[in-house]
Amino acid sequence: MCLGVPGKVLAVDGLVATVDFFGVTKTLRLDIVDEKVAVGDYVLNHVGFAIRRIPPDEAAETLKLFEELIASTASGDLMAEDVRGEIAAARARKGEG
Amino acid sequence: MAGPGERIGLRHGAGGRAMRELVEEVFASLGDEVDGIGLSALDDGAALRLGDRFLVLTTDSHVVHPIFFPGGDIGRLAVCGTVNDLAVMGATEPLGLTCAVVIEEGFLRADLERIRDSMRAACAEAGTTVVTGDTKVMGRGELDGIIINTAGVALCDRVVTDAGLEVGDRIIVSGTLGDHGLAVMTRRRDLRLEGDLASDVAPVNGLVRAALKAAGEDLVAMKDPTRGGLSSALHEMAHKARVGIVIEEARLPIAPAVRAAGEILGIDPLVVANEGKAVLGVRPRAAERVLAALREHPLGRSAAIVGTCIAERPGNLILDTGLGKRLVAELDGEPLPRIC
Amino acid sequence: MADLEEELRQLKFRDPERARALARALEREVKAIGRAPVSIMHVCGSHEQSIARFGLRATFPAELEVVMGPGCPVCVTDMPEVDEAVALGLSGHRIATYGDMLKVPGTARSLADAKAEGAKVEVVYSVEQAVELAQAYPAEEVVFFASGFETTAVATAAILVRGVPENFSVLSAHKYIPPAMEIVAEMPGNRIEGFLAAGHAAAITGAAVFEPFVERHRLPVVVGGFEPLDVLAALLKLVELVRAGRAEVANMYPRVVTREGNRAAQEKLWRVFKPTGGRWRGIAHIPNGNLRLRDEFARVDARRRFAIDVASLQERAPSPLAERCICGDIMAGLRRPTDCELFGTSCRPESPVGACMVSSEGSCRIWHTYGGIPDLKEVG
Repeated sequence: MCLGVPGKVLAVDGLVATVDFFGVTKTLRLDIVDEKVAVGDYVLNHVGFAIRRIPPDEAAETLKLFEELIASTASGDLMAEDVRGEIAAARARKGEG
Repeated sequence: MAGPGERIGLRHGAGGRAMRELVEEVFASLGDEVDGIGLSALDDGAALRLGDRFLVLTTDSHVVHPIFFPGGDIGRLAVCGTVNDLAVMGATEPLGLTCAVVIEEGFLRADLERIRDSMRAACAEAGTTVVTGDTKVMGRGELDGIIINTAGVALCDRVVTDAGLEVGDRIIVSGTLGDHGLAVMTRRRDLRLEGDLASDVAPVNGLVRAALKAAGEDLVAMKDPTRGGLSSALHEMAHKARVGIVIEEARLPIAPAVRAAGEILGIDPLVVANEGKAVLGVRPRAAERVLAALREHPLGRSAAIVGTCIAERPGNLILDTGLGKRLVAELDGEPLPRIC
Repeated sequence: MADLEEELRQLKFRDPERARALARALEREVKAIGRAPVSIMHVCGSHEQSIARFGLRATFPAELEVVMGPGCPVCVTDMPEVDEAVALGLSGHRIATYGDMLKVPGTARSLADAKAEGAKVEVVYSVEQAVELAQAYPAEEVVFFASGFETTAVATAAILVRGVPENFSVLSAHKYIPPAMEIVAEMPGNRIEGFLAAGHAAAITGAAVFEPFVERHRLPVVVGGFEPLDVLAALLKLVELVRAGRAEVANMYPRVVTREGNRAAQEKLWRVFKPTGGRWRGIAHIPNGNLRLRDEFARVDARRRFAIDVASLQERAPSPLAERCICGDIMAGLRRPTDCELFGTSCRPESPVGACMVSSEGSCRIWHTYGGIPDLKEVG
């Protein structure tokens, strides 16, 4: 497994995409990614297959999630903390599909 | 320690620990003591006292594949490798190089001429020339393409070894790291990577001359980080001087494409070869001066002060990632790409 | 060329300032639990790699114990499985394998040993390359020794669904992680209070795959990514859940993982493979822990295409060194690499005794690579 640096799709030809990772390009197969992949999309690579298309705004969303988590754990008020924790957990679950 | 029944493996040529152990155990006894720096120092070259100066001498065999790679070829590598070994001993004006070739039957003459042209250009950049050579041909399949051995000789007043570091000294690299090693690695067809990576192969004697001029005796240790990369070079320097070295990841100059290739392949740019760089150990008061001198040189624009020598953990190389610290492994053999 | 936005985005997940904020919050949460150690387990070699590579353990509070479990698919591939590949190689077939498997010891030999004896063993970087080998050598049988967890198994499945040449077959050593978590959670003496699950496997299976585990064992599971911020945030979430006594599944890698996962990939995976019980090296029998080819794919199943004779390979007793190897305990998270008497002495990457030292995902190999001491707080 790798740390999974996402790459940017430069070209799509049927089930094969040409993907750029900071100036190094690799071809990936699209057989298992479950969304349509287009030029300009970011994808995650695993053993030569794209396993996920990463929505472009997800980085900002994730950082926001981290910030909420820090805030929710910082409070000493147990009740409020519980509520904040629920909100953070619900947002985390909501973040998917 | 391995016994006589052991067989030599590829790791023994990779520039890391296995190679060091092989040289120490098998070859070191070939060198009696000399007046100057001889085999026992296992430095980049030898320095023989000649009156009030030193005759600096080095030799290298070059077996790189592919023979022609982005940014250079085996000829350029051969000339620069030898010029650079002399330079990092403090001898920046080579008197002349030898060039001995062993060629496989069937090798294209046009390729040979291309290599020769490349060598001539590299010599011109370094301000030197080839003065003697040798030519052999072996049967098809008896070697892979071509092997070039170059030796170089120069005079200098003061030898700079790789063993002179002390606690507090600063470590400077003359430019970006990992370029050659990753450029060659991405060329391997089985890895299926295309990229703009190019080797950094170049003669650094001009750069070193500038550094010596700026620092004088405050430049206390030098090495060229070829096989095994910055990691091997610093491990040796730390080991010989019995100091620890801490380097800061944020300060290491690494080109984005090299970093990306390294991430994809699971290979650390710190452990792969550089062929146009020098690593310098300088006294703290000279660090900024040397950095400025390097940056004025066209090959030194990305020079950086990357670390410091410490008393703790002698012989070790520590990386401060900005998030935490860890040890940098001393490479054992060829780095193999991870599946990704 | 390089997209500036993308460059910035990448750096954001390694940003030291955010990392420090997360580390401080982590310390607060752990200390608020008020006892030590707080033990959590991760089950992914890449998580250990990330932790070691970025020196993260130096940022963890002393009371937090982050243990690596059986997260190295190569390490848990049992000796008889390696023997099968070796036997096929020695009978003259061309074996394609991922690089990590090459030096893993079988009962008596590794694939590297077989290669030195003349077997045709080739390292590939993708299952596609293995198929290309079969196309390049139409007169030979090419067997792909398929190792890796479910994320990698999906690639194998995709290729088989697409169709492969007549002379191509698969020797499946693929493993499935969730059942192993069950077994580890049930081990006597186990003090693990929460699990960090691998983000890329969950990208395929979905975070929901851990819900039955959480129900049964009342332990929280957090799905985490691999950048330093991802790891710290996932640990923080996990400790928060431990502290609050909440047995839930939380997804801290929403940019890659969803609750349902990648349905198309799952469909291919389970069309081709069935979960089967089997031994994981050094640990135990894991019900449903191995992925074997279904009957519909019998034609490409090396175990059914060939009569594999491993008897002669298993005659030799394991070496005395092998008997002192504690990889099993290390993989179950019960002991650490530095607890092993062989670590760094008789067992090193160039001369490995156990599988944990061979694979780049193995905890012993990772600890050895980073100097055997993953925490350098005291260095100036």
